[in-house]
Amino acid sequence: MSESIIQIQHLNKTFGTGETAVHALEDINLDIRQGEIFGIIGLSGAGKSTLVRCMNLLERPTSGSITVNGQRLAWMEGEKLTTISERELRLARRNVTMIFQSFNLLMQRTCLQNVCFPMELSGLPRQQQRKRAMELLDLVGLRDKADAYPAQLSGGQKQRVAIARSLATDPKVLLCDEATSALDPNTTASILTLLKDLNQKLGVTVVVITHQMSVIEEICSRVAILDGGVIAEQGRVEDIFSNPKTEIGRQLVYPGGVQIDRLHAARVIRIAFNGGSSDEPLIASLAIDCGVKVNILGADTRSIEGKAFGTMLLGLPEDPGDAAKALQYIRSQPNITVEEVENHA
Amino acid sequence: MLEIFTAAFWEKYGSLLLDGTIDTLIMVVISTIFAYLIGLPLGVLLVLTGDHGIWPHKNLNRVLTWIINIGRSLPFIILMIAIMDFTKLLVGTKIGVRGAIVPLVVSAAPFIARMVETSLAEVDAGVVEAAQSMGASIPQIVWKVYLPEAKPSLVLGGAISVITILAYTAIAGAVGAGGLGDLAIRYGYNRKVPSMMLVTVIFLIVLVQIIQFVFSRVSNRIDKRLK
Ligand SMILES: Nc1ncnc2c1ncn2[C@@H]1O[C@H](COP(=O)(O)OP(=O)(O)O)[C@@H](O)[C@H]1O
Ligand SMILES: [Mg+2]
Repeated sequence: MSESIIQIQHLNKTFGTGETAVHALEDINLDIRQGEIFGIIGLSGAGKSTLVRCMNLLERPTSGSITVNGQRLAWMEGEKLTTISERELRLARRNVTMIFQSFNLLMQRTCLQNVCFPMELSGLPRQQQRKRAMELLDLVGLRDKADAYPAQLSGGQKQRVAIARSLATDPKVLLCDEATSALDPNTTASILTLLKDLNQKLGVTVVVITHQMSVIEEICSRVAILDGGVIAEQGRVEDIFSNPKTEIGRQLVYPGGVQIDRLHAARVIRIAFNGGSSDEPLIASLAIDCGVKVNILGADTRSIEGKAFGTMLLGLPEDPGDAAKALQYIRSQPNITVEEVENHA
Repeated sequence: MLEIFTAAFWEKYGSLLLDGTIDTLIMVVISTIFAYLIGLPLGVLLVLTGDHGIWPHKNLNRVLTWIINIGRSLPFIILMIAIMDFTKLLVGTKIGVRGAIVPLVVSAAPFIARMVETSLAEVDAGVVEAAQSMGASIPQIVWKVYLPEAKPSLVLGGAISVITILAYTAIAGAVGAGGLGDLAIRYGYNRKVPSMMLVTVIFLIVLVQIIQFVFSRVSNRIDKRLK
Protein backbone atom coordinates (compact mmCIF):
# COMPACT_ATOMS: atom_id res chain seq x y z
CA MET A 1 0.00 0.00 0.00
CA SER A 2 1.18 3.54 -0.64
CA GLU A 3 2.81 5.86 1.84
CA SER A 4 0.86 7.65 4.49
CA ILE A 5 0.31 11.39 4.11
CA ILE A 6 -1.64 12.22 7.25
CA GLN A 7 -0.85 10.48 10.49
CA ILE A 8 -2.78 11.27 13.61
CA GLN A 9 -1.89 9.65 16.89
CA HIS A 10 -3.65 9.80 20.24
CA LEU A 11 -5.31 13.04 19.31
CA ASN A 12 -7.49 14.67 21.94
CA LYS A 13 -9.37 17.92 21.79
CA THR A 14 -11.28 19.35 24.71
CA PHE A 15 -13.15 22.64 24.52
CA GLY A 16 -13.38 24.56 27.77
CA THR A 17 -12.44 23.31 31.20
CA GLY A 18 -14.00 21.87 34.32
CA GLU A 19 -17.73 21.24 34.46
CA THR A 20 -18.50 22.66 31.05
CA ALA A 21 -15.66 20.93 29.18
CA VAL A 22 -16.62 19.28 25.90
CA HIS A 23 -14.48 16.32 24.85
CA ALA A 24 -14.83 16.83 21.12
CA LEU A 25 -12.18 14.24 20.19
CA GLU A 26 -10.82 11.36 22.24
CA ASP A 27 -7.78 9.30 21.36
CA ILE A 28 -8.11 9.56 17.59
CA ASN A 29 -5.69 7.47 15.53
CA LEU A 30 -5.78 7.77 11.76
CA ASP A 31 -3.48 6.97 8.93
CA ILE A 32 -4.50 8.48 5.61
CA ARG A 33 -2.55 7.32 2.57
CA GLN A 34 -1.12 9.30 -0.25
CA GLY A 35 -3.50 9.59 -3.19
CA GLU A 36 -6.57 8.03 -1.60
CA ILE A 37 -9.99 9.52 -0.99
CA PHE A 38 -10.62 9.06 2.69
CA GLY A 39 -14.02 9.61 4.26
CA ILE A 40 -14.89 10.68 7.76
CA ILE A 41 -18.53 10.22 8.57
CA GLY A 42 -20.59 10.83 11.67
CA LEU A 43 -23.72 12.46 12.95
CA SER A 44 -23.87 16.18 13.61
CA GLY A 45 -21.73 17.08 16.62
CA ALA A 46 -19.62 13.92 16.32
CA GLY A 47 -16.45 15.99 16.04
CA LYS A 48 -15.82 15.72 12.29
CA SER A 49 -15.13 19.41 11.73
CA THR A 50 -12.92 19.57 14.79
CA LEU A 51 -10.93 16.60 13.52
CA VAL A 52 -10.45 17.98 10.04
CA ARG A 53 -9.57 21.41 11.42
CA CYS A 54 -6.83 19.77 13.46
CA MET A 55 -5.27 18.55 10.21
CA ASN A 56 -4.23 22.10 9.31
CA LEU A 57 -4.11 23.31 12.92
CA LEU A 58 -7.04 25.67 12.48
CA GLU A 59 -7.92 23.94 15.72
CA ARG A 60 -5.13 23.41 18.20
CA PRO A 61 -5.43 19.95 19.72
CA THR A 62 -5.25 19.41 23.47
CA SER A 63 -2.81 16.55 23.05
CA GLY A 64 -1.55 14.08 20.49
CA SER A 65 0.50 14.25 17.35
CA ILE A 66 -0.29 15.24 13.77
CA THR A 67 2.03 14.65 10.84
CA VAL A 68 1.05 15.85 7.39
CA ASN A 69 3.06 15.34 4.24
CA GLY A 70 6.07 14.20 6.22
CA GLN A 71 6.05 17.31 8.41
CA ARG A 72 5.16 17.23 12.07
CA LEU A 73 2.59 19.94 12.78
CA ALA A 74 1.95 19.07 16.41
CA TRP A 75 3.51 16.63 18.82
CA MET A 76 3.97 15.98 22.52
CA GLU A 77 7.05 16.96 24.44
CA GLY A 78 6.44 15.24 27.72
CA GLU A 79 3.03 16.39 28.84
CA LYS A 80 3.08 19.48 26.70
CA LEU A 81 1.70 19.91 23.20
CA THR A 82 4.15 21.57 20.85
CA THR A 83 3.34 22.95 17.43
CA ILE A 84 5.42 24.33 14.59
CA SER A 85 5.82 28.12 14.48
CA GLU A 86 3.18 30.42 12.99
CA ARG A 87 5.45 31.09 10.03
CA GLU A 88 6.11 27.43 9.30
CA LEU A 89 2.43 26.72 9.73
CA ARG A 90 1.44 29.35 7.17
CA LEU A 91 3.79 27.70 4.66
CA ALA A 92 2.57 24.21 5.56
CA ARG A 93 -1.02 25.27 4.95
CA ARG A 94 -0.29 25.75 1.27
CA ASN A 95 0.04 21.96 1.11
CA VAL A 96 -3.19 21.18 2.94
CA THR A 97 -6.03 23.28 1.63
CA MET A 98 -9.68 23.19 2.48
CA ILE A 99 -13.15 23.64 1.04
CA PHE A 100 -16.26 24.29 3.08
CA GLN A 101 -19.99 23.73 3.17
CA SER A 102 -20.63 27.46 2.81
CA PHE A 103 -17.98 27.91 0.05
CA ASN A 104 -16.46 30.92 1.85
CA LEU A 105 -15.61 32.86 -1.26
CA LEU A 106 -14.62 36.51 -1.06
CA MET A 107 -17.85 38.16 -2.12
CA GLN A 108 -16.25 41.40 -3.28
CA ARG A 109 -13.86 39.65 -5.65
CA THR A 110 -14.49 38.09 -9.03
CA CYS A 111 -14.02 34.36 -9.50
CA LEU A 112 -10.65 34.96 -11.09
CA GLN A 113 -9.57 37.18 -8.20
CA ASN A 114 -10.77 34.56 -5.74
CA VAL A 115 -8.62 31.92 -7.37
CA CYS A 116 -5.70 34.37 -7.41
CA PHE A 117 -6.06 34.98 -3.68
CA PRO A 118 -3.84 32.16 -2.33
CA MET A 119 -1.18 33.04 -4.93
CA GLU A 120 -1.33 36.68 -3.84
CA LEU A 121 -0.68 35.50 -0.30
CA SER A 122 2.38 33.58 -1.39
CA GLY A 123 3.64 36.51 -3.46
CA LEU A 124 3.48 35.03 -6.94
CA PRO A 125 3.87 37.64 -9.73
CA ARG A 126 0.54 38.94 -10.99
CA GLN A 127 0.88 37.64 -14.54
CA GLN A 128 1.58 34.11 -13.31
CA GLN A 129 -1.31 34.31 -10.87
CA ARG A 130 -3.79 35.12 -13.61
CA LYS A 131 -2.45 32.51 -15.97
CA ARG A 132 -2.61 29.77 -13.34
CA ALA A 133 -6.04 30.94 -12.15
CA MET A 134 -7.43 30.68 -15.69
CA GLU A 135 -6.04 27.16 -16.00
CA LEU A 136 -7.69 26.20 -12.74
CA LEU A 137 -11.02 27.74 -13.71
CA ASP A 138 -10.75 25.75 -16.91
CA LEU A 139 -10.10 22.60 -14.91
CA VAL A 140 -13.32 23.06 -12.93
CA GLY A 141 -15.26 24.06 -16.04
CA LEU A 142 -15.84 27.71 -15.20
CA ARG A 143 -13.54 29.57 -17.56
CA ASP A 144 -16.41 31.72 -18.80
CA LYS A 145 -17.23 32.87 -15.26
CA ALA A 146 -13.80 34.35 -14.58
CA ASP A 147 -15.13 37.89 -14.31
CA ALA A 148 -18.38 37.04 -12.57
CA TYR A 149 -18.85 37.71 -8.86
CA PRO A 150 -19.78 34.84 -6.49
CA ALA A 151 -23.23 36.36 -5.94
CA GLN A 152 -23.98 35.66 -9.60
CA LEU A 153 -23.19 31.94 -9.34
CA SER A 154 -25.20 28.90 -8.29
CA GLY A 155 -24.13 26.87 -5.26
CA GLY A 156 -22.42 24.23 -7.37
CA GLN A 157 -20.53 26.87 -9.34
CA LYS A 158 -19.42 28.56 -6.13
CA GLN A 159 -18.05 25.27 -4.86
CA ARG A 160 -16.21 24.79 -8.15
CA VAL A 161 -14.57 28.18 -7.75
CA ALA A 162 -13.67 27.26 -4.16
CA ILE A 163 -12.13 24.02 -5.43
CA ALA A 164 -10.13 25.91 -8.07
CA ARG A 165 -8.97 28.30 -5.35
CA SER A 166 -7.99 25.42 -3.07
CA LEU A 167 -5.81 23.96 -5.82
CA ALA A 168 -3.95 27.19 -6.55
CA THR A 169 -0.99 26.32 -4.33
CA ASP A 170 -0.67 22.76 -5.69
CA PRO A 171 -1.65 21.14 -2.39
CA LYS A 172 -0.91 17.55 -1.48
CA VAL A 173 -4.12 17.23 0.50
CA LEU A 174 -7.58 18.68 -0.03
CA LEU A 175 -9.82 18.72 3.04
CA CYS A 176 -13.54 18.88 2.28
CA ASP A 177 -15.73 19.75 5.26
CA GLU A 178 -19.32 18.94 4.26
CA ALA A 179 -18.48 20.34 0.84
CA THR A 180 -21.66 19.02 -0.74
CA SER A 181 -24.06 19.33 2.17
CA ALA A 182 -25.54 22.60 0.92
CA LEU A 183 -26.08 21.26 -2.60
CA ASP A 184 -28.92 19.39 -4.27
CA PRO A 185 -28.36 15.72 -5.23
CA ASN A 186 -27.47 16.39 -8.88
CA THR A 187 -25.00 19.12 -8.04
CA THR A 188 -23.59 16.94 -5.26
CA ALA A 189 -22.98 14.18 -7.77
CA SER A 190 -21.21 16.52 -10.17
CA ILE A 191 -18.97 17.96 -7.44
CA LEU A 192 -18.10 14.46 -6.24
CA THR A 193 -17.23 13.47 -9.80
CA LEU A 194 -15.01 16.53 -10.05
CA LEU A 195 -13.23 15.64 -6.81
CA LYS A 196 -12.70 12.09 -8.04
CA ASP A 197 -11.29 13.41 -11.33
CA LEU A 198 -8.94 15.79 -9.57
CA ASN A 199 -7.82 13.02 -7.29
CA GLN A 200 -6.96 10.91 -10.30
CA LYS A 201 -5.50 13.64 -12.50
CA LEU A 202 -3.49 15.51 -9.90
CA GLY A 203 -2.91 12.76 -7.38
CA VAL A 204 -4.15 15.02 -4.62
CA THR A 205 -5.22 13.18 -1.48
CA VAL A 206 -8.81 14.03 -0.60
CA VAL A 207 -10.32 13.89 2.88
CA VAL A 208 -14.09 14.01 2.73
CA ILE A 209 -16.12 14.93 5.80
CA THR A 210 -19.79 14.20 5.56
CA HIS A 211 -22.86 13.03 7.41
CA GLN A 212 -24.20 11.29 4.30
CA MET A 213 -23.24 7.69 3.64
CA SER A 214 -24.10 8.18 -0.04
CA VAL A 215 -21.17 10.58 -0.40
CA ILE A 216 -18.76 8.05 1.11
CA GLU A 217 -20.19 5.31 -1.07
CA GLU A 218 -19.73 7.47 -4.14
CA ILE A 219 -16.06 8.36 -3.91
CA CYS A 220 -14.22 7.06 -0.86
CA SER A 221 -11.92 4.06 -0.69
CA ARG A 222 -11.65 4.02 3.08
CA VAL A 223 -13.77 5.51 5.81
CA ALA A 224 -13.67 6.24 9.52
CA ILE A 225 -16.89 6.49 11.48
CA LEU A 226 -16.78 9.10 14.18
CA ASP A 227 -19.22 8.91 17.05
CA GLY A 228 -19.16 11.18 20.07
CA GLY A 229 -15.56 12.17 19.46
CA VAL A 230 -14.35 8.57 19.12
CA ILE A 231 -13.59 6.52 16.04
CA ALA A 232 -16.17 3.76 16.23
CA GLU A 233 -14.76 1.82 13.30
CA GLN A 234 -12.63 2.39 10.25
CA GLY A 235 -11.66 0.41 7.22
CA ARG A 236 -12.39 -0.15 3.57
CA VAL A 237 -15.70 1.30 2.51
CA GLU A 238 -16.95 -2.03 1.12
CA ASP A 239 -16.15 -3.79 4.40
CA ILE A 240 -17.93 -1.23 6.52
CA PHE A 241 -20.85 -1.24 4.11
CA SER A 242 -21.24 -4.95 3.98
CA ASN A 243 -20.80 -5.51 7.63
CA PRO A 244 -20.97 -2.54 9.95
CA LYS A 245 -19.80 -3.74 13.33
CA THR A 246 -21.01 -0.94 15.54
CA GLU A 247 -24.44 0.43 16.30
CA ILE A 248 -23.49 3.82 14.81
CA GLY A 249 -22.15 2.05 11.73
CA ARG A 250 -25.44 0.25 11.19
CA GLN A 251 -27.33 3.46 11.79
CA LEU A 252 -25.30 5.25 9.11
CA VAL A 253 -25.33 2.40 6.60
CA TYR A 254 -29.05 1.79 7.01
CA PRO A 255 -30.58 5.14 7.80
CA GLY A 256 -34.04 3.58 7.44
CA GLY A 257 -33.12 1.25 10.24
CA VAL A 258 -34.13 -2.32 10.84
CA GLN A 259 -36.09 -2.53 14.03
CA ILE A 260 -34.88 -5.72 15.63
CA ASP A 261 -37.04 -5.37 18.68
CA ARG A 262 -40.18 -5.74 16.62
CA LEU A 263 -39.20 -9.19 15.40
CA HIS A 264 -40.56 -12.31 16.89
CA ALA A 265 -38.70 -15.22 15.37
CA ALA A 266 -37.03 -17.61 17.77
CA ARG A 267 -33.54 -16.97 16.46
CA VAL A 268 -32.54 -14.09 14.27
CA ILE A 269 -29.37 -13.91 12.24
CA ARG A 270 -27.88 -11.08 10.29
CA ILE A 271 -26.12 -12.09 7.11
CA ALA A 272 -23.84 -9.74 5.32
CA PHE A 273 -23.12 -9.86 1.60
CA ASN A 274 -19.51 -8.98 1.01
CA GLY A 275 -19.40 -8.51 -2.68
CA GLY A 276 -20.66 -11.74 -4.23
CA SER A 277 -22.66 -11.60 -7.40
CA SER A 278 -25.81 -9.58 -6.90
CA ASP A 279 -28.40 -12.05 -8.03
CA GLU A 280 -27.55 -15.06 -6.00
CA PRO A 281 -30.93 -16.30 -4.87
CA LEU A 282 -29.76 -17.40 -1.47
CA ILE A 283 -33.15 -17.75 0.14
CA ALA A 284 -34.56 -19.74 -2.74
CA SER A 285 -31.60 -22.11 -2.88
CA LEU A 286 -31.83 -22.54 0.87
CA ALA A 287 -35.35 -23.83 0.43
CA ILE A 288 -34.38 -26.07 -2.49
CA ASP A 289 -31.09 -27.44 -1.19
CA CYS A 290 -32.00 -27.97 2.47
CA GLY A 291 -35.74 -27.79 2.43
CA VAL A 292 -35.73 -25.12 5.08
CA LYS A 293 -37.76 -21.96 4.93
CA VAL A 294 -36.50 -18.81 6.57
CA ASN A 295 -38.24 -15.48 6.93
CA ILE A 296 -36.71 -12.32 5.60
CA LEU A 297 -37.29 -9.87 8.40
CA GLY A 298 -35.50 -7.00 6.88
CA ALA A 299 -33.07 -6.33 4.10
CA ASP A 300 -30.91 -3.50 2.95
CA THR A 301 -28.75 -4.62 0.14
CA ARG A 302 -27.24 -2.63 -2.63
CA SER A 303 -24.99 -3.23 -5.53
CA ILE A 304 -21.67 -1.46 -5.81
CA GLU A 305 -19.75 -1.95 -9.01
CA GLY A 306 -21.83 -5.04 -9.78
CA LYS A 307 -21.23 -6.72 -6.44
CA ALA A 308 -23.75 -7.26 -3.69
CA PHE A 309 -23.28 -5.47 -0.42
CA GLY A 310 -25.53 -5.02 2.53
CA THR A 311 -27.25 -7.09 5.10
CA MET A 312 -30.37 -9.11 5.56
CA LEU A 313 -32.05 -10.11 8.75
CA LEU A 314 -33.40 -13.64 8.70
CA GLY A 315 -35.65 -15.38 11.17
CA LEU A 316 -34.66 -19.04 11.50
CA PRO A 317 -37.24 -21.82 11.79
CA GLU A 318 -38.52 -22.75 15.27
CA ASP A 319 -37.20 -26.30 14.89
CA PRO A 320 -33.60 -26.33 16.25
CA GLY A 321 -32.51 -28.96 13.71
CA ASP A 322 -33.78 -26.97 10.75
CA ALA A 323 -32.28 -23.83 12.17
CA ALA A 324 -28.87 -25.45 12.52
CA LYS A 325 -29.10 -26.82 8.98
CA ALA A 326 -29.93 -23.40 7.54
CA LEU A 327 -27.17 -21.78 9.50
CA GLN A 328 -24.64 -24.28 8.27
CA TYR A 329 -25.76 -23.85 4.69
CA ILE A 330 -25.48 -20.07 4.85
CA ARG A 331 -22.09 -20.26 6.52
CA SER A 332 -20.82 -22.40 3.64
CA GLN A 333 -21.59 -19.69 1.06
CA PRO A 334 -18.73 -17.59 -0.25
CA ASN A 335 -18.72 -13.85 0.40
CA ILE A 336 -21.31 -14.06 3.11
CA THR A 337 -20.78 -13.62 6.81
CA VAL A 338 -23.29 -14.60 9.42
CA GLU A 339 -23.84 -13.20 12.84
CA GLU A 340 -26.47 -14.15 15.35
CA VAL A 341 -28.49 -11.25 16.63
CA GLU A 342 -28.96 -11.35 20.34
CA ASN A 343 -31.25 -9.49 22.68
CA HIS A 344 -34.10 -9.26 20.28
CA ALA A 345 -37.39 -9.17 22.10
CA MET B 1 -38.72 85.31 6.25
CA LEU B 2 -39.42 85.82 2.59
CA GLU B 3 -36.44 88.09 2.84
CA ILE B 4 -34.25 85.14 1.91
CA PHE B 5 -35.58 85.41 -1.62
CA THR B 6 -34.41 89.00 -1.98
CA ALA B 7 -31.16 90.14 -3.55
CA ALA B 8 -30.52 92.50 -0.64
CA PHE B 9 -30.32 89.62 1.82
CA TRP B 10 -27.79 87.73 -0.24
CA GLU B 11 -25.77 90.88 -0.86
CA LYS B 12 -25.57 91.46 2.85
CA TYR B 13 -25.04 87.90 4.09
CA GLY B 14 -23.97 85.97 1.02
CA SER B 15 -20.25 86.06 1.60
CA LEU B 16 -20.71 85.31 5.33
CA LEU B 17 -22.74 82.24 4.43
CA LEU B 18 -20.24 81.15 1.85
CA ASP B 19 -17.35 81.50 4.30
CA GLY B 20 -19.36 79.73 6.98
CA THR B 21 -20.13 76.85 4.65
CA ILE B 22 -16.50 76.57 3.60
CA ASP B 23 -15.35 76.64 7.24
CA THR B 24 -17.84 73.93 8.09
CA LEU B 25 -16.72 71.79 5.18
CA ILE B 26 -13.05 72.22 6.10
CA MET B 27 -13.72 71.22 9.69
CA VAL B 28 -15.77 68.22 8.61
CA VAL B 29 -13.31 66.96 6.02
CA ILE B 30 -10.13 67.39 8.05
CA SER B 31 -11.68 66.05 11.26
CA THR B 32 -13.12 63.06 9.42
CA ILE B 33 -9.74 62.22 7.91
CA PHE B 34 -7.90 62.41 11.22
CA ALA B 35 -10.71 60.68 13.13
CA TYR B 36 -10.55 57.78 10.68
CA LEU B 37 -6.76 57.65 10.92
CA ILE B 38 -7.24 56.94 14.62
CA GLY B 39 -10.65 55.24 14.67
CA LEU B 40 -10.14 52.78 11.83
CA PRO B 41 -7.06 51.04 13.31
CA LEU B 42 -8.75 51.06 16.72
CA GLY B 43 -11.84 49.40 15.26
CA VAL B 44 -9.72 46.81 13.47
CA LEU B 45 -7.80 46.10 16.69
CA LEU B 46 -11.07 45.69 18.58
CA VAL B 47 -12.16 42.98 16.15
CA LEU B 48 -8.77 41.23 15.99
CA THR B 49 -8.25 41.13 19.76
CA GLY B 50 -11.84 40.13 20.60
CA ASP B 51 -12.79 36.71 21.97
CA HIS B 52 -13.47 35.32 18.51
CA GLY B 53 -10.85 37.43 16.79
CA ILE B 54 -7.86 36.07 14.92
CA TRP B 55 -5.47 37.66 17.43
CA PRO B 56 -7.23 37.28 20.80
CA HIS B 57 -5.77 39.52 23.50
CA LYS B 58 -8.14 39.87 26.40
CA ASN B 59 -6.28 42.62 28.22
CA LEU B 60 -5.56 44.76 25.19
CA ASN B 61 -9.17 44.40 24.15
CA ARG B 62 -10.32 45.47 27.60
CA VAL B 63 -8.12 48.55 27.61
CA LEU B 64 -9.30 49.57 24.14
CA THR B 65 -12.93 49.06 25.08
CA TRP B 66 -12.42 51.10 28.23
CA ILE B 67 -10.81 54.03 26.40
CA ILE B 68 -13.44 54.00 23.67
CA ASN B 69 -16.27 53.93 26.17
CA ILE B 70 -14.85 56.91 28.03
CA GLY B 71 -14.48 58.82 24.79
CA ARG B 72 -18.04 58.02 23.83
CA SER B 73 -19.61 58.81 27.17
CA LEU B 74 -18.50 62.46 27.21
CA PRO B 75 -20.90 64.86 25.46
CA PHE B 76 -19.06 66.76 22.75
CA ILE B 77 -19.44 70.18 24.33
CA ILE B 78 -18.03 69.00 27.68
CA LEU B 79 -15.13 67.23 26.01
CA MET B 80 -14.33 70.29 23.94
CA ILE B 81 -14.03 72.48 27.01
CA ALA B 82 -12.28 69.82 29.07
CA ILE B 83 -9.45 69.38 26.59
CA MET B 84 -8.94 73.04 25.68
CA ASP B 85 -5.44 73.17 27.12
CA PHE B 86 -4.49 70.06 25.20
CA THR B 87 -5.92 71.63 22.05
CA LYS B 88 -3.85 74.78 22.59
CA LEU B 89 -0.75 72.70 23.11
CA LEU B 90 -1.36 70.75 19.93
CA VAL B 91 -2.45 73.40 17.41
CA GLY B 92 -1.59 76.64 19.18
CA THR B 93 -5.15 77.91 19.56
CA LYS B 94 -8.34 77.01 21.39
CA ILE B 95 -10.70 78.66 18.95
CA GLY B 96 -11.49 78.95 15.29
CA VAL B 97 -11.53 76.19 12.75
CA ARG B 98 -8.15 74.91 13.87
CA GLY B 99 -9.10 74.84 17.51
CA ALA B 100 -12.28 72.90 16.72
CA ILE B 101 -10.59 70.14 14.78
CA VAL B 102 -8.79 68.66 17.80
CA PRO B 103 -11.88 68.05 19.94
CA LEU B 104 -13.81 66.96 16.85
CA VAL B 105 -11.21 64.27 16.18
CA VAL B 106 -10.95 63.20 19.81
CA SER B 107 -14.70 62.90 20.03
CA ALA B 108 -15.32 61.22 16.68
CA ALA B 109 -12.48 58.68 16.74
CA PRO B 110 -14.00 56.37 19.40
CA PHE B 111 -17.34 56.63 17.68
CA ILE B 112 -15.73 55.66 14.39
CA ALA B 113 -13.88 52.79 16.07
CA ARG B 114 -17.25 51.32 17.05
CA MET B 115 -18.69 51.85 13.58
CA VAL B 116 -15.70 50.11 12.02
CA GLU B 117 -15.96 47.28 14.53
CA THR B 118 -19.61 46.74 13.60
CA SER B 119 -18.80 46.74 9.88
CA LEU B 120 -15.95 44.26 10.22
CA ALA B 121 -18.01 42.01 12.47
CA GLU B 122 -20.38 41.56 9.53
CA VAL B 123 -17.65 39.87 7.51
CA ASP B 124 -18.42 36.16 7.36
CA ALA B 125 -16.24 34.33 9.89
CA GLY B 126 -16.05 31.44 7.42
CA VAL B 127 -14.32 33.62 4.86
CA VAL B 128 -11.76 34.71 7.43
CA GLU B 129 -11.23 31.09 8.38
CA ALA B 130 -10.80 30.15 4.72
CA ALA B 131 -8.07 32.78 4.41
CA GLN B 132 -6.39 31.38 7.51
CA SER B 133 -6.58 27.89 6.07
CA MET B 134 -4.72 29.18 3.01
CA GLY B 135 -1.89 30.47 5.15
CA ALA B 136 -2.80 34.18 5.28
CA SER B 137 -1.01 36.22 7.94
CA ILE B 138 -2.89 38.59 10.22
CA PRO B 139 -1.96 41.74 8.22
CA GLN B 140 -2.93 39.93 5.01
CA ILE B 141 -6.31 39.06 6.49
CA VAL B 142 -6.86 42.68 7.52
CA TRP B 143 -5.86 44.15 4.15
CA LYS B 144 -7.15 41.45 1.82
CA VAL B 145 -10.19 40.12 3.65
CA TYR B 146 -11.62 42.31 6.40
CA LEU B 147 -11.30 45.74 4.82
CA PRO B 148 -12.23 44.87 1.21
CA GLU B 149 -15.09 42.60 2.24
CA ALA B 150 -16.45 45.21 4.66
CA LYS B 151 -15.99 48.12 2.25
CA PRO B 152 -19.66 48.73 1.36
CA SER B 153 -20.59 48.64 5.02
CA LEU B 154 -17.64 50.87 5.96
CA VAL B 155 -18.79 53.43 3.41
CA LEU B 156 -22.32 53.40 4.81
CA GLY B 157 -20.83 53.86 8.28
CA GLY B 158 -18.79 56.70 6.82
CA ALA B 159 -22.00 58.62 6.08
CA ILE B 160 -23.07 58.30 9.72
CA SER B 161 -19.62 59.41 10.92
CA VAL B 162 -19.48 62.43 8.63
CA ILE B 163 -22.99 63.52 9.55
CA THR B 164 -22.19 63.14 13.23
CA ILE B 165 -19.08 65.27 12.81
CA LEU B 166 -21.13 67.85 10.92
CA ALA B 167 -23.50 68.04 13.87
CA TYR B 168 -20.53 68.46 16.24
CA THR B 169 -19.18 71.36 14.16
CA ALA B 170 -22.44 73.21 14.75
CA ILE B 171 -21.96 72.73 18.49
CA ALA B 172 -18.35 73.83 18.18
CA GLY B 173 -19.70 76.98 16.51
CA ALA B 174 -21.24 77.94 19.83
CA VAL B 175 -17.77 78.30 21.33
CA GLY B 176 -16.21 80.27 18.56
CA ALA B 177 -15.25 77.61 16.05
CA GLY B 178 -16.75 79.40 13.07
CA GLY B 179 -18.80 77.72 10.38
CA LEU B 180 -22.55 77.48 9.86
CA GLY B 181 -23.29 76.75 13.52
CA ASP B 182 -21.48 79.92 14.47
CA LEU B 183 -23.57 81.95 12.01
CA ALA B 184 -26.81 80.45 13.26
CA ILE B 185 -26.00 81.44 16.83
CA ARG B 186 -24.43 84.83 16.21
CA TYR B 187 -26.88 86.13 13.63
CA GLY B 188 -29.92 83.96 13.99
CA TYR B 189 -30.02 84.03 17.77
CA ASN B 190 -27.92 86.90 19.18
CA ARG B 191 -28.73 89.48 16.51
CA LYS B 192 -32.25 88.28 15.90
CA VAL B 193 -32.00 87.75 12.15
CA PRO B 194 -34.45 84.85 11.75
CA SER B 195 -33.66 84.51 8.04
CA MET B 196 -30.06 83.66 8.90
CA MET B 197 -31.26 80.95 11.24
CA LEU B 198 -33.50 79.61 8.51
CA VAL B 199 -30.80 79.67 5.84
CA THR B 200 -28.16 77.95 7.97
CA VAL B 201 -30.68 75.28 8.93
CA ILE B 202 -31.54 74.76 5.27
CA PHE B 203 -27.84 74.58 4.40
CA LEU B 204 -27.22 71.97 7.07
CA ILE B 205 -30.20 69.90 5.96
CA VAL B 206 -29.06 70.03 2.34
CA LEU B 207 -25.51 69.06 3.33
CA VAL B 208 -26.77 66.04 5.28
CA GLN B 209 -28.96 64.96 2.37
CA ILE B 210 -26.10 65.24 -0.09
CA ILE B 211 -23.67 63.34 2.16
CA GLN B 212 -26.14 60.53 2.76
CA PHE B 213 -27.04 60.31 -0.91
CA VAL B 214 -23.46 60.21 -2.12
CA PHE B 215 -22.27 57.65 0.44
CA SER B 216 -25.28 55.37 -0.09
CA ARG B 217 -24.81 55.58 -3.81
CA VAL B 218 -21.12 54.72 -3.59
CA SER B 219 -21.77 51.87 -1.15
CA ASN B 220 -24.33 50.39 -3.52
CA ARG B 221 -22.12 50.83 -6.50
CA ILE B 222 -19.15 49.00 -4.99
CA ASP B 223 -21.08 46.18 -3.35
CA LYS B 224 -20.70 43.08 -5.52
CA ARG B 225 -23.10 41.03 -3.43
CA LEU B 226 -26.13 42.75 -4.89
CA LYS B 227 -25.72 42.21 -8.60
N1 LIG C 1 -15.11 26.35 19.38
C1 LIG C 1 -15.82 25.47 20.11
N2 LIG C 1 -16.05 25.71 21.42
C2 LIG C 1 -16.74 24.82 22.17
N3 LIG C 1 -17.24 23.67 21.71
C3 LIG C 1 -17.06 23.38 20.42
C4 LIG C 1 -16.33 24.25 19.55
N4 LIG C 1 -16.30 23.71 18.31
C5 LIG C 1 -16.96 22.54 18.41
N5 LIG C 1 -17.41 22.32 19.67
C6 LIG C 1 -18.14 21.15 20.15
O1 LIG C 1 -17.43 20.01 19.77
C7 LIG C 1 -18.31 18.99 19.33
C8 LIG C 1 -17.95 18.56 17.92
O2 LIG C 1 -18.24 19.61 17.03
P1 LIG C 1 -17.94 19.50 15.47
O3 LIG C 1 -16.54 19.09 15.27
O4 LIG C 1 -18.35 20.81 14.86
O5 LIG C 1 -18.93 18.37 15.00
P2 LIG C 1 -19.40 17.95 13.54
O6 LIG C 1 -18.59 18.70 12.54
O7 LIG C 1 -19.22 16.49 13.49
O8 LIG C 1 -20.85 18.30 13.45
C9 LIG C 1 -19.71 19.54 19.47
O9 LIG C 1 -20.24 19.11 20.69
C10 LIG C 1 -19.50 21.02 19.48
O10 LIG C 1 -20.49 21.64 20.23
MG1 LIG D 1 -19.17 20.06 11.02
